[in-house]
Amino acid sequence: MKSKMLKINKSARSSIITVGMILIAYIICQALIVTGNMSNLLKNLLVSMCYYAIMAVSLNLTVGFLGQLSLGHAGFMCLGAFAGAIFSKCTVNAIQNTFIRFTLAILLGAVVAGLFGIFIGTVVLRLRGDYLAIVTLAFGEIIKNVLNVLYIGYDSKGIHLSMKDAISLNLEDGGIVLVKGAQGISGTPRDATFTVSVILLLITYLIIVNLVNSRSGRAIMAIRDNSIAAESVGINITKYKILAFSISAALAGIAGVLYSHNIATVQSSKFGYNLSIMILVFVVLGGMGNLRGSIISAVLLTLLPEYLRFLRDYRMLIYSIVLIVMMLYNWAPACVAWRNKLSSNLAAMLKKSKKEEL
Amino acid sequence: MEMLKVKNLSISFGGLHAVDSFSITVNKGELYGLIGPNGAGKTTVFNLLTGVYKPDMGQIILDGKNITGLSPVEINKAGIARTFQNIRLFKNLSVLDNVKIGLHNNYNYSTISGIFRLPSYFRTEKRMNEKAYEILEVFGLDKEADILSANLPYGKQRKLEIARALATNPKLLLLDEPAAGMNPAETEELMETITLIRKKYDLTILLIEHDMKLVAGICEKIFVLNFGTELANGLPQDVLNNPEVIKAYLGE
Repeated sequence: MKSKMLKINKSARSSIITVGMILIAYIICQALIVTGNMSNLLKNLLVSMCYYAIMAVSLNLTVGFLGQLSLGHAGFMCLGAFAGAIFSKCTVNAIQNTFIRFTLAILLGAVVAGLFGIFIGTVVLRLRGDYLAIVTLAFGEIIKNVLNVLYIGYDSKGIHLSMKDAISLNLEDGGIVLVKGAQGISGTPRDATFTVSVILLLITYLIIVNLVNSRSGRAIMAIRDNSIAAESVGINITKYKILAFSISAALAGIAGVLYSHNIATVQSSKFGYNLSIMILVFVVLGGMGNLRGSIISAVLLTLLPEYLRFLRDYRMLIYSIVLIVMMLYNWAPACVAWRNKLSSNLAAMLKKSKKEEL
Repeated sequence: MEMLKVKNLSISFGGLHAVDSFSITVNKGELYGLIGPNGAGKTTVFNLLTGVYKPDMGQIILDGKNITGLSPVEINKAGIARTFQNIRLFKNLSVLDNVKIGLHNNYNYSTISGIFRLPSYFRTEKRMNEKAYEILEVFGLDKEADILSANLPYGKQRKLEIARALATNPKLLLLDEPAAGMNPAETEELMETITLIRKKYDLTILLIEHDMKLVAGICEKIFVLNFGTELANGLPQDVLNNPEVIKAYLGE
């Protein structure tokens, strides 16, 4: 019975530490803002650190816990960004209360991305490994490119769609063009504050932690560890693969809504495979199945390129070298052994000094 | 009463008749041994029974229900659980979680109540823990419940696989070489455990084994497979003294 309690405490303790870390970071940032000690550069990065962290945490569900390599995660973010932005632009006058409007935009973004997640997941999750990676990459690009040529406008007759140009929408006089193809959406109300972003990061984190530590989460991890054995104990592989994939997509949709409400113009070209791979780098560096690591690496790797700007042309070169060094430090067996030795030596020294005190 | 009735089960891969007209009847509560030289098709029979392969021909009836051609998940729900020749545990999960995954279909709450920690989550998780510990205790694994299953010693990994299969509450348990790689003392202990769980959980067991001491020691009937077909079938002393069987094992 005692060990049972210990088990529950262990996973709960880890999530309390992570939540505490996020809250402390939030309080420090707020204190810096209030006292006027935060640079404008950092201030502008606060919200983006949060949505990248949400992206990393949600991709970790697919890559780390389900064990399926997805390279199209930015596509779901793109869907969420557009769905949320369109909703907010349409209702900016109808719903005056920012909180209600933004909450609805978040929910809509999550639902749209989640539905696409179910659809795409049903189609692609029959594939494994490299094949799955390539097909998810393709779907991500399809979403990006379709939105890149999409024109949406509305007037008294309702909503008009076109894949050609704004004129072929055939709007009445006074009709408004919402989405202007490659130019995207501009003028979305900037509802994404730092506080809201941190709250959404916490919600995303708790959703995934709770999912992973539940019956469905165990089924998801069983599929990762051994799908043949999972089937043999009666776990419906297709169902849980699609479940994890679509939850992951819906949470990426939330990150997208944050993105589009933080920036003046949303263009689908920003959501290419570069972004997907960047998010994957966050996940791999933070550790597969390690949510806290995902958050930390997303924050650090969002800050790093900005603070390396003084290097000018060498910026991305140094960035990639830092990445390699961090990867080696975190995961190379020799480094891991060295760190373990160091920490056990430290523990022994502490013990010794305590004894001497006594 | 017949628990498992297999009629003329056949499958071929390319030109190879891996299993050819395999028929067996296992009565309720029996402990049946399936033996044969390497490559005789024993594991293929297990894969056919559990739906990993679909048979070309033949019929599988479990407890009066036709389960031929069903998926592995449906067959597990119908009441067949198995272990694997090469151990297939959920390596990155704890011993306890491995068993709780076995309990997946017997204890249910929705994903939503898992995510939002509704009362049904706490209620069901508590019952799952109790049941999982009960099963682990039978195998003497309750002390190791929080260890990663990959870190268990080999013999205990084999036991955990049986524990996980038992958690699905099967009528028929298929054990694929449960004693492979075990030393004589571990094999002895395994034999006791198999006898114990058989009584405790009212099981019918079909097992593949090369260890003749185990086979002769606990099996009530033995089926000998050679080149995918029946070579002998019956009581252990008859089968093991059958000259055909000795010839198949030792050569001429």
